Amino acid sequence: MIKAVMVINTFGKPRLSKFYEFQPVEKQQELIRHVYTVLSNRPDNVSNFIRSLGAIFGPDTRLVYKHYATLYFVFLFDNSENELAMLDLIQAVFVETLDKCFRSVCELDVVFNYSKMHIILDEIILGGQVLETDSVEVVRAVEEISKLESTTSAGTLINKSIPSWWAR
Amino acid sequence: MAGPSLLDSLFQRSLEDLIKGLRLFVGDESSFISKAVDEIRREIKSTDQQTKATALQKLTYLHSIHGVDMSWAAFHAIELSSSQSFNFKRIAYLAASLSFDPSTTDVILLLTHQLRKDLQSPNSHEVSLALHALYFISTPDLARDLTPEVFTLLNSNKGSTRKKAIAIILRLFELYPDAVRVCFKRLVENLENSDPAIVSAVVGVFCELACKEPKSYLPLAPEFYKILADSRNNWLLIKVLKIFVKLAPLEPRLGKKLVEPICDHLKKTGAKSLAFECVRTIVSSFSEYDSAVRLAVEKIKEFLNEDDPNLKYLGLQALTIVAPKHLWAVLENKDFVIKSLSDADANIKLEALQLVLSMVSEDNVVDICKVLINYALKSDPDFCNEILGCILLTCSRNVYEIIVDFDWYVSLLGEMSRIPHCQKGEEIENQFVDIGMRVKDARPELVRVGRDLLIDPALLGNPFVHRILSAAAWVSGEYVRFSKNPSEIVEALLQPRTSLLPSSIKAVYIQSAFKVLTFYLHYSISTKRVISSASQEVADLMHGRVPENSQFVRTGPVADSDTDDGGLNPRMLHRSVRDASVESFEDMSAAHEWLSSTSPKAESITEESILNILDLVEITLGPLAGSHEVEILERSRNVLGLVELIREELPGYLMKREEDDDKGQKKTHEMIKLVAEAFSEELGPVSASSQERVPMPEGIVLNQSLDDLDAICGDLGLHIPTSFSLGKSISSEKDDVTMSDRQSKEEFESTESTSLLAEHRKRHGLYYLQSQKKEMAYDDYPPANDLKTGENADDEADDLIKLTEQSLFSKKKANQAKPRPVVVKLDDGDGPFIPAKKVESKDDLISGAVRDVLLGDEATTSSSRVKKSDKSSSKRRQKDKLDLDKSSGPIEDSKMMENSELENANLRRSKRHSRGKEKKHRSTAKDRDEHEEGDKQKVSHHHGKHKSRQRADGALTLAAQSPVIPDFLL
Repeated sequence: MIKAVMVINTFGKPRLSKFYEFQPVEKQQELIRHVYTVLSNRPDNVSNFIRSLGAIFGPDTRLVYKHYATLYFVFLFDNSENELAMLDLIQAVFVETLDKCFRSVCELDVVFNYSKMHIILDEIILGGQVLETDSVEVVRAVEEISKLESTTSAGTLINKSIPSWWAR
Repeated sequence: MAGPSLLDSLFQRSLEDLIKGLRLFVGDESSFISKAVDEIRREIKSTDQQTKATALQKLTYLHSIHGVDMSWAAFHAIELSSSQSFNFKRIAYLAASLSFDPSTTDVILLLTHQLRKDLQSPNSHEVSLALHALYFISTPDLARDLTPEVFTLLNSNKGSTRKKAIAIILRLFELYPDAVRVCFKRLVENLENSDPAIVSAVVGVFCELACKEPKSYLPLAPEFYKILADSRNNWLLIKVLKIFVKLAPLEPRLGKKLVEPICDHLKKTGAKSLAFECVRTIVSSFSEYDSAVRLAVEKIKEFLNEDDPNLKYLGLQALTIVAPKHLWAVLENKDFVIKSLSDADANIKLEALQLVLSMVSEDNVVDICKVLINYALKSDPDFCNEILGCILLTCSRNVYEIIVDFDWYVSLLGEMSRIPHCQKGEEIENQFVDIGMRVKDARPELVRVGRDLLIDPALLGNPFVHRILSAAAWVSGEYVRFSKNPSEIVEALLQPRTSLLPSSIKAVYIQSAFKVLTFYLHYSISTKRVISSASQEVADLMHGRVPENSQFVRTGPVADSDTDDGGLNPRMLHRSVRDASVESFEDMSAAHEWLSSTSPKAESITEESILNILDLVEITLGPLAGSHEVEILERSRNVLGLVELIREELPGYLMKREEDDDKGQKKTHEMIKLVAEAFSEELGPVSASSQERVPMPEGIVLNQSLDDLDAICGDLGLHIPTSFSLGKSISSEKDDVTMSDRQSKEEFESTESTSLLAEHRKRHGLYYLQSQKKEMAYDDYPPANDLKTGENADDEADDLIKLTEQSLFSKKKANQAKPRPVVVKLDDGDGPFIPAKKVESKDDLISGAVRDVLLGDEATTSSSRVKKSDKSSSKRRQKDKLDLDKSSGPIEDSKMMENSELENANLRRSKRHSRGKEKKHRSTAKDRDEHEEGDKQKVSHHHGKHKSRQRADGALTLAAQSPVIPDFLL
């Protein structure tokens, strides 16, 4: 299964992190820092896998990352996943979906659309299992959810806040 | 009440505002964040949902990105989850799944009802939210309570919901193994769904389950086989292959069936991921099928020749897997492997290193190590140490299995110690000592290498080498009889730069100096006696030669350097000292008769040289006698005590050397002999687990107070070993009655302090155990300087290619110059002793349930469950009963599930039964039994679980056969 998904920028700032096994928040930060130090020491044009991550992740844990502009996309997983498939998942599913949702994604999109990032990720992975690998499907689901959200939240705004304010 | 919330909602910062604020803020980020959190604390209490939701969203963001604690907000998230608005609900569930700790967040149970409601919602996105949250926050209770809802969703007509429910099943099984009994069948049915996404989800679940306990899923092999043969979905195929890798070792016949479709996929597929998975499956599980392996190796070669470093890396990794069984595959690609040692990618280099070492054998180990050391010299510190670590590991495997020439290996260890980046001090230290104890024939070389390391003052400045020096010092002390020049070693051990050593190692140095000194004195005195009677000119000769220590001692004790290999050299002296000191003394006199007859300078150990050494010892160790480190203090005092004794006796001894029966001489000699004997006892390797194997004597109480021991010891005048016992020190040689008067007097004096000590012990009882000398670990030294890789790496690679070629293809070298020396091994293996402990994990529970569901049906389920309990102890049965007695809760639940199953699935049930029968027909054995069980099941089905369980208990004897795994594939 997939153990964690992280998006970290090239200065070590986390932009998104999701752990599929509970980790206390201090541990999460430590793990992110550790991953960042490992990644930042790697030159470009080398393989995208890291096998030995030290003790903190458990012996079987492997890491696949992909470096896009200012962001590292990192997936951590155990040996019931295929390394190349995970790399595909980053490139052809996750990042491509982001591209479609944000029209050529950049770091700022990721920064300011924190909730949406989670929606997208949740459509692809549930509980560490890859459930959707078709980015078209993911985009469709995400759009549906956005529609759902905009109708309900618009509703509350108009029905509750504004009238009660005017009522005063 | 609406006032503040209205204001809050008007002027509240949104998440976007917060992020912008954070980005624009210059200075200490944490102050900004704590201010924001204060704000959130106020806002989150608002009754207005919008305000609350925004506050929670901001908090979740700060929690997940900036590590802010939000455990205090758990209740607010639960409150908000009941909102009508999808948006707020999503924010609430996201907060819950990112921050709740299932083991400590106690408000999770409050969410049960809301989750149940949302799982039943007609809106598939709401269901999805609830499922996501359920995955992250579920506890055993929650899993139990919500299993029925998830079970229903397994049949949902919306594909997306159904596959999410399937994925969540895994978590339910883990937390609440009884869910298997409810959901497993429906899960298996989904394997035959026409939607590949759903099948993929089910296979994913089985892949995880099979990783934990593959055996239970063997009966599903035909289903998986069908997928393997028919599916074209790469994700699905990869997962199925992963399952088969787990199943293959359990059922050897699987191989025959599977190899063909796997090879087909390998040939046809364009997807690298699937191709690699096929290769990995073949090389790891089906390596006995030669044609398949050949095909896989072909593919590996393609991978290696790609430009993509990822494929290169994975190709090498696959080669590593194939290496133990098909070394030819590595040899075919060895050029590439060796070139990869100088690749820019650290991953590739490491894999290549593993592969090079997989080619190592008895015959080529010398050559390969030579080239690897050359690589190590040129590599960056990390990789250098990686290489050294691998060499050390490979060579020491199975108690130095591949080492024939230990002299070479010992000098290789010495060479490694001098590599600038070497940080493997601890490992080299262990191997030095280990080889010393195990391999008798290697000791002379060990002493030689140890000497070279000790006398090099430069090495003392490198903290990474300290551990090795410690081993070198120990070896030189323990095996000093092989030394060509003991006095030189004493000097090396006491050189001024030893002050750079940490105290634990310094203590080893002093102890070794003690041993060497004892040996030296013992030797010189005993030879002196022989010589003094043999030749008279000694006194005349000695004065002229005093300053040239090294020279005269070389000619002195050991004439090895001149004569090739004397059977008569003093190294034999102490071989049997333990048994009879007289015998060894005879040896020694024999040796010296020989020595003095061959070389006129043999007797050149002079009084003055001895005095010089004694002076040196006193000067160096004198200040240390007041050290704050107890180990150093104790040991240096021991040495100084000895020196003092000698000094008193020595002049008398030398002067009256002609009167053999002189009292003073005898006394000194006796004493030195005693000390020397104490050190000459051989130390052997000890199994790490030997302590545990000593059975505890009956009636022993370990925490008994030892106070009365003090009185007994006082009576006997025995010395209670103090906490720092230095191996076999003089005082603990209690067998010797011939102990000098002086010493025993000292000991009597010491009883007073012993009682003080005992008093102290009484107070601090527990902490007062014997402390062994402990070595400190040095892991945290900064890495040494970077060394650039040489340009001629390629030449080097070519060399290695040539070398390996020679060494791999030349069969055993005609005949080894020397036979392999004896290596002491312990009978019971050297590995640490792991007490067999039976762990009953939840996985067992899951797999037990799975086996039940797969092999029988509900009636057999409970009976075989009881059957199983001979393994899983009666505790579980008790627990089951407890459940029955205590609470009606779970039973009601299971009834409810049963009912819902009945309602939902009347149609399917009949279908399932026929399916079940088909399976039974396929199975070879137990047909009748199973049919009977099947009938019973039909009856019991309607009575619900409660009754069937009771019946099963009654029918225990009937069902007490081990479950037979039906023969599916053939």
